[in-house]
Amino acid sequence: MNINRRKWLGSMLALGGTALLPMRLFADTAAAFKATSADVALKALFGDLPMEESPAINFKVPDIAENGAVVPVSVSTDIEGVQSITIVVDENPNPLSASFNISPDAIADISTRVKMGKSSKVRALVRTPDKVYVASQEVKVTIGGCGG
Amino acid sequence: MAAQVKIRGKLKDGVAQVKSLMPHPMETGTQRDPAGNLIPAHYIDKVTCYRNDQEVLSADFGASVSKDPYFAFKVKNCAPGDVIKVTWVDNKGETSSGELVLK
Repeated sequence: MNINRRKWLGSMLALGGTALLPMRLFADTAAAFKATSADVALKALFGDLPMEESPAINFKVPDIAENGAVVPVSVSTDIEGVQSITIVVDENPNPLSASFNISPDAIADISTRVKMGKSSKVRALVRTPDKVYVASQEVKVTIGGCGG
Repeated sequence: MAAQVKIRGKLKDGVAQVKSLMPHPMETGTQRDPAGNLIPAHYIDKVTCYRNDQEVLSADFGASVSKDPYFAFKVKNCAPGDVIKVTWVDNKGETSSGELVLK
């Protein structure tokens, strides 16, 4: 009787744990996208994982974007064990732009296009199980295409 | 009915190099129409890529991804005949997809 009860408790705990984990992750992602500062967004996504600048990230964005509505961004890296790639535009109203979850069958090499409200630092963050690697670049947005 | 995902790609040494384009307004919710009314936010928030029904990649988007999002990615261990599929869901629950057979 006692053993059964214990087993039951144990399995319920295990169930609860597995059920809660994805929910928590989901909530954090939602919060991260709503965040109005880059620091808050990154905290929600990565918690207390250590961050480190890395030259191993091949991060391609233009130095000058003539049209802030369409800024091409490419991120690729040879770092092992990449779980996700995240793109953050620090000065945007919601700095978190996009986050890509990389499975072991995908290569850490993605390209997309983002909007930028004004000139800003753009960051690419590569998450591995124990660390977040960062590459960043300033992108100047010329409003109206007049070279301002 | 939302427009289909346009998807192109090629297979090279077992790696599928895929480019996809998802026609979508990607409204941020901060723009105004000519009459001065706020246009409600309407953007893709989740993109999922499959190889033969197995999820290989997914993306969470915010409203700051450009209009008609472009997304290029690479998938390992692919063979001719494999099907690459890209689907998206937006914040209003609309959805669309596109498929590509590798050769």
